[in-house]
Amino acid sequence: MSAKADSAPVALRWQRIRMIPNPWLRFGLLAVALAYFAWSVGALDINWHRVANGIPRAANMLTRMFPPDFGRWSLLFKGVLESVQMAFAASFFGMLLAIPLGICGAVNLVPRPVYLVARTLIILSRTFHEIIIAIFFVKIFGFGPLAGVLTLVVASTSFISKMLAEDIENMPPGQLEAIRATGAGFPKLLLYCVSPQVLPRYLGVSIYRLDANIRHSTVVGIVGAGGIGQVLAATFSRYDYDFSLAILITIVSLVFAGEFFSNWVRGHLR
Amino acid sequence: MLTISNLEKVYPTGTKALSGVGFTVDTPQVVAIIGPSGAGKSTLIRCINRLVEPTRGLVKLHDTDILTLNRSELRRARRRMGMIFQEYNLVERLTVMENVLSGRLGYVSFWRAYRRKFPPEDVRAAFVMLERVGLAGYQDTRADALSGGQRQRVGIARALMQKPDLLLVDEPTASLDPKTAREIMRLLVELAHDRGTPALVNIHDVALAQTFADRIIGLRQGEIVFDDTADQVTEAVLTDIYGEEDWSTTIRREGNGADNGPETKPPDDKNGLIREAAAG
Amino acid sequence: MTAEQHAQKHPQVWRRFSPRDTLLRYIWYLGAVAVVVWSISMLDIPWFYFLDAHLQAYDLAYRMWPPDLEFLETLANPLLETIHIATLGTAATVVIAFPIAFLAARNTSPNAFTWFVGRFILVTSRSVNTVVWGLLFVAIFGPGPMAGIWAIAFRSIGFMGKLVAEAIEEIDVGVVEAIESTGASRLQVLWYGILPQVLPVIYGTTVYRWDINIRESTVLGFVGAGGIGILLYSSINQFQWQEVSLMLVAVFGVVLISEFVSAAVRQRIT
Ligand SMILES: Nc1ncnc2c1ncn2[C@@H]1O[C@H](COP(=O)(O)OP(=O)(O)OP(=O)(O)O)[C@@H](O)[C@H]1O
Ligand SMILES: [Mg+2]
Repeated sequence: MSAKADSAPVALRWQRIRMIPNPWLRFGLLAVALAYFAWSVGALDINWHRVANGIPRAANMLTRMFPPDFGRWSLLFKGVLESVQMAFAASFFGMLLAIPLGICGAVNLVPRPVYLVARTLIILSRTFHEIIIAIFFVKIFGFGPLAGVLTLVVASTSFISKMLAEDIENMPPGQLEAIRATGAGFPKLLLYCVSPQVLPRYLGVSIYRLDANIRHSTVVGIVGAGGIGQVLAATFSRYDYDFSLAILITIVSLVFAGEFFSNWVRGHLR
Repeated sequence: MLTISNLEKVYPTGTKALSGVGFTVDTPQVVAIIGPSGAGKSTLIRCINRLVEPTRGLVKLHDTDILTLNRSELRRARRRMGMIFQEYNLVERLTVMENVLSGRLGYVSFWRAYRRKFPPEDVRAAFVMLERVGLAGYQDTRADALSGGQRQRVGIARALMQKPDLLLVDEPTASLDPKTAREIMRLLVELAHDRGTPALVNIHDVALAQTFADRIIGLRQGEIVFDDTADQVTEAVLTDIYGEEDWSTTIRREGNGADNGPETKPPDDKNGLIREAAAG
Repeated sequence: MTAEQHAQKHPQVWRRFSPRDTLLRYIWYLGAVAVVVWSISMLDIPWFYFLDAHLQAYDLAYRMWPPDLEFLETLANPLLETIHIATLGTAATVVIAFPIAFLAARNTSPNAFTWFVGRFILVTSRSVNTVVWGLLFVAIFGPGPMAGIWAIAFRSIGFMGKLVAEAIEEIDVGVVEAIESTGASRLQVLWYGILPQVLPVIYGTTVYRWDINIRESTVLGFVGAGGIGILLYSSINQFQWQEVSLMLVAVFGVVLISEFVSAAVRQRIT
């Protein structure tokens, strides 16, 4: 090796590899971010006096939360049961409705206009938060679990059908061609090619969605759509914090159980 | 049996894949289609069962004008044409038997297909077929557990279950080792001859084509530049199809392929069974 | 070969599923349907509501059209506030989730107890929905964006912490050992050995969570935690449907844009 190569500047300075190599850009972005934070905190309509009171309030709230009051367990149990039932019903109908919607949302199976309509429906219902949808159902169907179930049906359908459509689109095109080439029509194509290939994932996604529905069923109640959420919202407005904590603990355990169940079932699906 | 004339295909991208292709197959012969990559071989095969819609031209199988059929008529025409693919295209999560029986989908009702209750004669034909392609006992194996050669055997069985009037075969051996490739070609050609089914076979291996095919069609840039019996393929012909190259090692020399060619006389009872299955 | 042998070798009957499999499958179907029927029957759904649901929906759509464009002025600030809440909440999340992720990763947690504490925080954070956190923080800080920011942060900690902890558990130990072998302190190992490896994951999940948080912050107002939800809720309760439809369009646009931005940024990063 020549002396010249040895003294090359390469070895003289070690530089950390940066995400954004250009230092101007890097510090520029940092400055913009800081400016944004300053501006947005200033722009927000925050009642600092009220916020300052927050710490003693939180302490007060905590003391009132303990010990959690499980005394009204029958009310608690009824709410939880309702949430779980809402989740079951919604997952079932979501699974059913997602099949046609998912198929229509797969570009390799259906004509373009059908695909576009299906995808628009899926995107539309995915964009709006469950609670926005819930409030509309509450307006149409009144307070109670029906609005909650319908909300969760909409959310599950769009979720499962999006996954289903993507799985169908990811199928190797040759298999579809081969079955088409035997003279099978569309229904038989679904039966002998699409369904065996996507069924395991579809079931997995559906089970996952059941778990998600259990989680969501605990909140749609906040706008009056049934379930334990409705009970929870009421306790907060009555400052009934020890019962709130009991409900929260129950929700967390329920969510935990749901997740455990869903993982267990999905582990057993091949 | 099969008449093609003036067939033309222009893809939406503007690629002209076929122009003025025409030929007829009127005896149950094995026709190899050779040509360089991109010559339009796959396009030609796919235009015949309209997996690709031809731009214009005529495709006639027996008396059916394929290109004027509506959707349900096309389905009925497709079940008379068996197709075999380079990538086998089995439905991987189905068993071998389900894959083989899917060749009957054009013939059975949706409900029967759903319950996997195929007519007894179909089931028997499928078992016969599995034995013939050398997969007896594999009926309940899932397709994704098979080797490439085994998958192609299932692919052949599926196509033949349709009792086709025509076999469309797109590079059946391109993903297989040389020995398996020969076995598969031999099987294919024997079955085609046994049943009197004409077959169009896309193939890159010229020596294999010469060994097994009765007739060879050479395609270059979407046009037919050669159409004759296998022994007429000379170095000059290959130069015309593929371009300048030393072809002396590619062409099958007299005598070295005779023992590899299709068996002219397969064992009797097997053959009888196949005929029976084919007639049933 | 005799006809008998022939029939034995080539049977006419073939079953995909044994009778036992089939029976089991139908039992599963039946069980699922039974659970759903039980759930629905317990929910006391007033079916007659469905009789005129389509009329109600039509009526609603009729009242919503056309969107009240004059409302745009009133809308602008709350919409901006929604975005601020999501962004500031996500920023707070990064600061808080990062140390917790180190506690919750097996290979960086000081001991089993800290690991358990880390996991416990993450699980609790994820099990309680953003809106429920909203209820809690409104009770503490009073109504307004401050509650929203903390609601967003407290829900996101579990999400980000979990993903970052998983990334930490999967880092290349060789690099860490190399730096440890130079006699570096714990903090130095963290800074030079671990951080650079998980930084891309942190960036990625932050952007991803920000996009989810935009969607979540559109409904925080329903419980009084700031953003456009407050306005949406009051317009709905006052039956100002033309204002509602404008807000829905705005929410749709913002959510769609944020999804697009997040996808674009994530693509640049990875
Ligand atoms: N779906 C398609 N869209 C656009 N152009 C296509 C399409 N399929 C094929 N082509 C073009 O048509 C021409 C013929 O393609 P084709 O697949 O028929 O060739 P081939 O002879 O089968 O080639 P190979 O030997 O590589 O399989 C090529 O130029 C190809 O790029
Ligand atoms: Mg090809």
